[in-house]
Amino acid sequence: MKKRGSKSDTLATASVSDSNLISNLRVKFKDPFFWSDWLVVVAFVVVLGFFGLIAPAEFLTLWNLNNILVAASIPTIIVVGQTFTVLTAGIDLSVSSTMTFGAVSFGLAFTNGWSLWKCCLISIVAGAFVGLLNGLIIAKRKINDFIVTLGMLSVASGAALVLSDGKPRQIISESLSTLAINDKFNIPYLMMVAFVIVLIGHFTLFHTKFGTHVLATGGDPDAARAMGISIVKVKIAVYVISGALAGVAGILAISRIGSAEPAANTAILLNSVAAVVLGGVSLFGGRGSIFGPFIATLLLQSLLNGLTVIGVAAYYQYLSIGLVVILSASLVRTEK
Amino acid sequence: MTNDSFAIECKDIKMSFGSVEALKGVSIYAKPGEVTAIIGDNGAGKSTLIKCISGVYKSDQGAILINGKEVNFTNPEESRSFGIETVYQTLSLIEDLSIWQNLFLNREITKGFGPIKVLNKYKMKDEASKMLKNLDVYIPSIKSRTRKLSGGQRQAVAICRAAGWGSSVVIMDEPTAALGVRETAKVEELIKRMKSQGLAILLISHNFDQVLRLADQIWVMRQGELMAGLRANETSGDELVALITGAKSGRG
Repeated sequence: MKKRGSKSDTLATASVSDSNLISNLRVKFKDPFFWSDWLVVVAFVVVLGFFGLIAPAEFLTLWNLNNILVAASIPTIIVVGQTFTVLTAGIDLSVSSTMTFGAVSFGLAFTNGWSLWKCCLISIVAGAFVGLLNGLIIAKRKINDFIVTLGMLSVASGAALVLSDGKPRQIISESLSTLAINDKFNIPYLMMVAFVIVLIGHFTLFHTKFGTHVLATGGDPDAARAMGISIVKVKIAVYVISGALAGVAGILAISRIGSAEPAANTAILLNSVAAVVLGGVSLFGGRGSIFGPFIATLLLQSLLNGLTVIGVAAYYQYLSIGLVVILSASLVRTEK
Repeated sequence: MTNDSFAIECKDIKMSFGSVEALKGVSIYAKPGEVTAIIGDNGAGKSTLIKCISGVYKSDQGAILINGKEVNFTNPEESRSFGIETVYQTLSLIEDLSIWQNLFLNREITKGFGPIKVLNKYKMKDEASKMLKNLDVYIPSIKSRTRKLSGGQRQAVAICRAAGWGSSVVIMDEPTAALGVRETAKVEELIKRMKSQGLAILLISHNFDQVLRLADQIWVMRQGELMAGLRANETSGDELVALITGAKSGRG
């Protein structure tokens, strides 16, 4: 008898905690921030499930999933940088042409016989330099980030065309092609590089003083300044990060294509802004994560890949990506 | 009449913005363990004076003395390094950061791994709890976002931050202007506790009842000039109003 009694007691407490859990969940589901944080994960699973159901034999193969990871690697690196600028309530519209500028600088150094490591460094430094210009003009001259980086988009791609004389340069390097082609445990090297950058980005944002200051600068610049944080330095730093990562992406682009292309890939820019929004980063700054935009990048590449696999024409792919972005932005719309 | 028993003393502070003389030679002091109120109508120069003390402005003339020694600030950071903290009306809390992050904003505790410095979150949370406990401020979770706090709780967090850094002077600009009756009472309690811990508190307030309740010393300003310096227990609301409006000329 005693045993039964205690059993029913525990059952009773269990059901109480269950209803607590449910009401807790209900509260959470009503919180718009919960959705901006988790929407992307749900959407990613939905996209994988959708294409997995209608084209299991083509979409869910190891080879195809590998393709998605490769396609997502360069956008992932770009989106980490973009996330930092958006977290300070800024934006970097010049990422795609900065990446091209980095790649072209690489090409120039390579044809002049520089070693691979130096060429890689040149690409990153070139990207960081463009970022530094963005940052200096935005933070010191207090000019609108949208206008500055839009102008820089044109300046950097123009500079890339001038430097390269408009011609692609072939880059023959065994190390670079190994990077582009090989994988370990079915994870492409390119994605490994990108993922390491995601981890470093996450660490920087949430486990360093600088990261806290980025969030504070975006969250409330006046309050941050009152606490002695140098808004100017933080802003310059995020654009340098964005530029330098665009330089890293430029190296990966060279490894994939086998040449330094002077033409800018504007899809990268759209993807980065889209992934930041989808990934739950507030466009007002001060709120967001690195993993959110990373998963959003995987989601967008899966969507593109899935549409290709089921035979949807490329024109509709642009259309669908755009719709996904607008839809997600309106779903996670959170007032400042 | 320099006196090193003053936590802070301002002597003949003058400050102009273009042709507008905001401060026409103001001298005040604040003692440790006392609440010193600065009152005056809008445009009397209270905020300008406070900003000179907190290092936001550099006065054109005059001296600021801390414990009898003259100091020179060119920015708020330097003023802070002398133990002067300011709680602005806007509170300067970052809504989307947690309470402990706000308490440690720009004073983060890190542990070093060579050149890489990692935030010591455990220690900061621990210390943050102590900072709040020290002033008997009860807040459910220091991990929650500041956005979720009530107005009074925010004010308390901002005040604890100002008081919790070994500071000697805490400047408060209208600390209860946006609060209800109960929350105002709580903040006033908090101010009294800080006073009993030996801090010098400079209070700007429009609320005469509050000033008379809290303050030990009252400085009255009018149009950039000091009208009077009074002990709170020797004056009345009517006298303060008369001094502020200019109906009564200054004394002392």
